[in-house]
Amino acid sequence: MNFTPETEKILQDIWARYPQGRKRSAVIPMLMYAQDELGMVTQELVAEVAQRCEVSPLQVEEVVGYYSMLNKQRMGKHHVQVCTNIACLLMGGEELWQHTTKRLGIGHKQVTADGLISLEEVECAGACSWAPCVVDGYEYHHHMTIEKLDQLFDSIQQKVQ
Amino acid sequence: MPNSASIDTYLAHEGYVAFMKSIEMTPEQIIDELKLSNLRGRGGAGFPTGLKWSFIPRANPKPKYVVVNADESEPGTCKDRLLIQNDPHQLIEGCLIAARTIGCKAGYIYIRGEYRYLIDIMDKALAEAYAHGYLGKNIKGSGIDFDLYTHTGAGAYECGEESALLESLEGKRGVPRIRPPFPAVSGLYASPTVLNNVETFATVPAVLRMGGQAYADLGTPKNGGTRMLCVSGHVNRPGVYEVPLGFSMQKMIYEVCGGIRGGKKLKAVIPGGSSSPVLKADECDFPMDYDNYARMKTMAGSGGMMVMDEDTDIVKVALRTMRFYAHESCGWCIPCREGTTWLRKILTRMDEGTGRRADIDLIYELAKNMLGRTFCPLGDAAAMPTIGFVEKFREEFEARLRENVVPVTSPDQLIAIR
Repeated sequence: MNFTPETEKILQDIWARYPQGRKRSAVIPMLMYAQDELGMVTQELVAEVAQRCEVSPLQVEEVVGYYSMLNKQRMGKHHVQVCTNIACLLMGGEELWQHTTKRLGIGHKQVTADGLISLEEVECAGACSWAPCVVDGYEYHHHMTIEKLDQLFDSIQQKVQ
Repeated sequence: MPNSASIDTYLAHEGYVAFMKSIEMTPEQIIDELKLSNLRGRGGAGFPTGLKWSFIPRANPKPKYVVVNADESEPGTCKDRLLIQNDPHQLIEGCLIAARTIGCKAGYIYIRGEYRYLIDIMDKALAEAYAHGYLGKNIKGSGIDFDLYTHTGAGAYECGEESALLESLEGKRGVPRIRPPFPAVSGLYASPTVLNNVETFATVPAVLRMGGQAYADLGTPKNGGTRMLCVSGHVNRPGVYEVPLGFSMQKMIYEVCGGIRGGKKLKAVIPGGSSSPVLKADECDFPMDYDNYARMKTMAGSGGMMVMDEDTDIVKVALRTMRFYAHESCGWCIPCREGTTWLRKILTRMDEGTGRRADIDLIYELAKNMLGRTFCPLGDAAAMPTIGFVEKFREEFEARLRENVVPVTSPDQLIAIR
């Protein structure tokens, strides 16, 4: 299976971190970094990772099913995660979540029709002292308000135009 | 401090001095210093670090490993990310000292998948360390070989539990292991492993530089040193603060964090992450060290201190907490898988105003039957706070019972069905 040179380098680098006979350890990191390029975990990727890490495809499937960041459905170009766990709940995270679903017309783990944005109501993102927190892909946004959320969505949608 | 993550900044501020000192010490001396310091695990369990490291069978010919728990997923906790972001070399040095102590050649820093920007920062710091000869072969002529790598998680709170973390590091589902054997004897790849939280490892260089006794003296007897508190919620100045063990909670809320915002009154505090039982306002004045938290029937935990004002809906907080545990339960054992789900359903009913009187006692019964019966502490972490909420704020739960809620009399009233 072919990846971009950058991704291929990362995959090989990951593979080299683990001792001989322990390459199964590379499964999750490989899936995560390959998913960044592919946008989702495909059957082809499962087979590829299984082969590289010396495990069966089933052993890779088991892992994909367990971890919430590994997706078999394609998420949006911008996967927007809104935390509604305790600290963010106390600071208005629930209202932010309601606003996002209303504005975009989609729900948890759904994608807008143009494939641009997907939403996820997530568990604690680790930004409690700067709550409420919204994460766009891997980019953290702190002290979020409805205005800032709208600005974030505006800028995402304007970039396309 | 500008450029604080760079190795040049670190070296200019006594960076790697403790490691160089540790080369001249025996493993026993290093462990003794740690025991003297009274440093306890800063991830949540608070197990004495010196004691943990002493369990490694150093004579065992199996390769040994250092594993850093940077999964940081306990609700309320946001401190390890600051350590990695602003002082990654401190963590590297802590791992080096551990490697020197137990005699190991490789280590992994398990970082939660969402913290990708921190993995990138750590990778950069590791490359700097290699370039400066602090990692790799024959480090600084000491004869010590040590390789250290980052390893990404992929979204699973349970992988912060040490044995589930090791399963995940081995490329499997994050399902915990039966203990004994403990990681010190059989950890990564069934080999002796030192596994500690980021903050714990990051403290080790300071302990060696200043000496264990000096570190211990910063805190209270049997609770040595300082720790990072992540204050969040309804205070004027939320943030992450490093305080000595034994610092007053009252002072923390009202002086350091500027009191409750909007001039409101304090209602409750969750002191150490979502797994710690809640404290009522009148219980929030005591010296914050492990022993005192335990005396207050809660725990120091991860230091995630969430402060709630008088307008907070406790039932909603209890429900959100339960939704979290039900979602994150790995599903392996019945009391946790079924217990968290059942508790979530009951709390949902209570929040929506359709709870029955029997539900309150049912919550107690379920939670008490989960305690100590689950395969790993996640079950306890779900049960104890739930008991705490219901015990201390029973009136709020009772007010939500179906018999006490205004009944629907008109079709214009909408009931949300989740």
